Amino acid sequence: MTNLLEIKNLYIEAYSEEVWQPIVKDISLTLKKGEVLGLIGESGAGKSTIGLAAMGYTRQGCRLASGSILLDGVELLGASDEDLRVVRGSKIAYVAQSAAASFNPSHRIIRQHVEAPVQHGIMSYSEAQKEAIKIYRRLFLPDPEKIGFRYPHELSGGQLQRAMVAMAMSCEPQIIVFDEPTTALDVTTQIEVLAAVKEITEKMNKAALYITHDLAVVAQVAHRIMVLRNGRLVEEGETRALIRKPRQAYTRELLNVRSLREDKNQSDKMDVILTIKDVAATYTGEENVLEDINLTVRKGRTVALVGESGSGKSTLARVITGLLPAIEGSINFLGEDLPLELKHRTKDNLRRLQMIYQMPDTALNPKQTVRRVIGRPLEFYFNMRGKKADARIRELLSSIELEPDTYINRMTTELSGGEKQRICIARALAARPDLIICDEVTSALDQLVAEGILDLLQDLQNKTDISYLFITHDLATVKAISDKIVIMLEGKIIEQGEKKKVLSPPHHEYTDKLLSSIPEMDPDWLDNLLDERLDSFI
Amino acid sequence: MKNVILHILKRIGASVVTVFVISLIIFIGVELLPGDVADTVLGQSATPETVEAFRKELKLDLPPHIRYVAWLKNFVQGDFGNSLANKRPVAELISWRFSNTLFLAATTALIAVPLAILLGILAAFYRNTLYDKVISTTTLSFISFPEFFVAYILIALFSVKMELFPSIAMIDPHMGLGRKFYTILLPALTLTCVVTAHMMRQTRAAIINVLASAYIEMAEIKGIRRLRIIIHHAFPNSLSPVINVVAVNLAYLVVGVVIVEVVFVYPGLGQLLVDSVAKRDLPVVQASGLIFSITYIGLNLLADVLSMLSNPKLRQSQF
Repeated sequence: MTNLLEIKNLYIEAYSEEVWQPIVKDISLTLKKGEVLGLIGESGAGKSTIGLAAMGYTRQGCRLASGSILLDGVELLGASDEDLRVVRGSKIAYVAQSAAASFNPSHRIIRQHVEAPVQHGIMSYSEAQKEAIKIYRRLFLPDPEKIGFRYPHELSGGQLQRAMVAMAMSCEPQIIVFDEPTTALDVTTQIEVLAAVKEITEKMNKAALYITHDLAVVAQVAHRIMVLRNGRLVEEGETRALIRKPRQAYTRELLNVRSLREDKNQSDKMDVILTIKDVAATYTGEENVLEDINLTVRKGRTVALVGESGSGKSTLARVITGLLPAIEGSINFLGEDLPLELKHRTKDNLRRLQMIYQMPDTALNPKQTVRRVIGRPLEFYFNMRGKKADARIRELLSSIELEPDTYINRMTTELSGGEKQRICIARALAARPDLIICDEVTSALDQLVAEGILDLLQDLQNKTDISYLFITHDLATVKAISDKIVIMLEGKIIEQGEKKKVLSPPHHEYTDKLLSSIPEMDPDWLDNLLDERLDSFI
Repeated sequence: MKNVILHILKRIGASVVTVFVISLIIFIGVELLPGDVADTVLGQSATPETVEAFRKELKLDLPPHIRYVAWLKNFVQGDFGNSLANKRPVAELISWRFSNTLFLAATTALIAVPLAILLGILAAFYRNTLYDKVISTTTLSFISFPEFFVAYILIALFSVKMELFPSIAMIDPHMGLGRKFYTILLPALTLTCVVTAHMMRQTRAAIINVLASAYIEMAEIKGIRRLRIIIHHAFPNSLSPVINVVAVNLAYLVVGVVIVEVVFVYPGLGQLLVDSVAKRDLPVVQASGLIFSITYIGLNLLADVLSMLSNPKLRQSQF
């Protein structure tokens, strides 16, 4: 079979610090009809850049420097804008990471769907509309006749992502580039989208580039996988072979990130430090977003709070910290009832309960140095200044595994994402808290970096007996770090208990759905799961 | 939809309150003007007796709050009082002038708004090219000149040199519509020069702002032509700031064109207001001030409602 797409010795450069620097180096790949090639790597690996380059497209500030991109025998590198425009959308289409941002909020879904075929002169408006409804039905969108006539904001994240997969199919292209199509979704919705991707690649026999940072996800859809790092190829191979026998150390690291941690013994002998009793909360005053919340956190233990987005996890964190005062119930912390409102809490209350956020970029003041960021809580809570504070800051930096001399005078903007999150941890530790609430602290980070953060949190807990309330939607993280699991759905706790108990059957129905939705490294996992769910559905 | 109507009603309510507050400010402002009205108006013939009689006639002897309520009550009923200068009803004086002002504003808007939006779209389309820079520089130079300067240049060019249009925009009620347009073309052009730059630059900026969105990249990747992307994908999403800047400029065309009216001797409300301030014709000043504020608030209200309706998310959301 001939190659649909053939990329040879491709170099892509980005303009930064007043010079053109290569960000994709010497990449070659081929894609045959009906084949799915997975591109995997951490952020900065150049995956998306390569995906876009397959369409002859580069983002602003980037350029295709040298090499060759042959799409169905036509050279795209150096082709005119008009030649590229004719190819894009019609022969090769793109599915972006965030459907919510990639649909125009001003137009109905179907109007955006039919735009490409109409503008490329492939179909008339009404023909394209009929085709759109067909593909909506094929991708299991609810109410396929009418869903297209809604605006993007009226669809859920998973539906929108499937609508975008449908849109990519509108011109019947030969190749589809999927750029992290499930990264922004919950595990349960991820399945829906993956099923849609399978429908297209297997049943409709389209070739695809599947870009992701999640090896378990790509294992479900790709025939071959290319592992990328810093714009270079690390290794390439058949999916099964690569997962069974990775040749490179880096690939092995990517495979190993989901290791379980050993259980702690006698976990119920430790003192209870936080008791939440019958708590309810509301934003509007009418509807309760939290109801009947009861949970306890023990000293030196980690409680994982799990649920989909919108389940009320982060709201509960706001209630515990007092940012959103509970309207009912009580919060007992270290033996005394905490005032529900933030402004009534004492300095000592505040000190003992610290928080780490999802986005380290926005949680750190970009105009401050590391010294100031960590020094501030020392001054505020302990009145520590000068030499004493300096020594303590260095001690904290060492404890988060950052070299004090190198980092203490850096601006926060001069740090990587993982380093920033470490600084946030140090800032929380500076207050010597008893409990840290970690709100999705690893979800904005790459897999390996996230792993490092989890290890660090674990280490700190072993040394200082600190407790964590760990909010996350990622069950792999939960499996890795928690002692106790609390599962939330629609503002209520539906199941909680020791990790082993929650993770082993029998489960609550929703817990079961959540657990079975976590992708496993096994390439047959998705097929089996879809068959299973289809059977139970019938 | 029900929620949207409710929201619009709330906005209208807020606007009415604002108008009341402004009526109060206008009234107090006029009260604070130095000197006694009766003294000034009577001038040489002011004897204690005549002043007393005059004050009584104007009800100036009553306490301010009673006069305010009476004034507002009459205003709402369309009775703006009588002019002090010539004793004619203020409503009669104002209505002709105000309709002239609206006519000039509408004519200018008809030229300036489409022109500004078109130029803005083109400038965004040809971003950072020579064309973009030429448009930006030209329109910017026009707002940098004072209005009267632009007006006199246009007069020098079109009525003195080329003798195409009259330099005095004196219109009367018996003129035909075509004739009226012809007469006010120069003031309308002057005002166009003044307001276009602002609207054009806002349109350009709003579109360029939207061009960085993911859905624009998506449209490019779908192989859509650039001009269609700008008009079909970017422009609808930049409507809200554009509507707002258009409203502010329209309001300016109604309430801020005194200088142009004076240069072209155009019988508009602005000129009447200035004359009346000089003559201490307080009923006219108060009524004009309030009419100006109502226009301003009304246009802003309209802009809010339109920009809300232009956004499907707000159109359907629950307030």
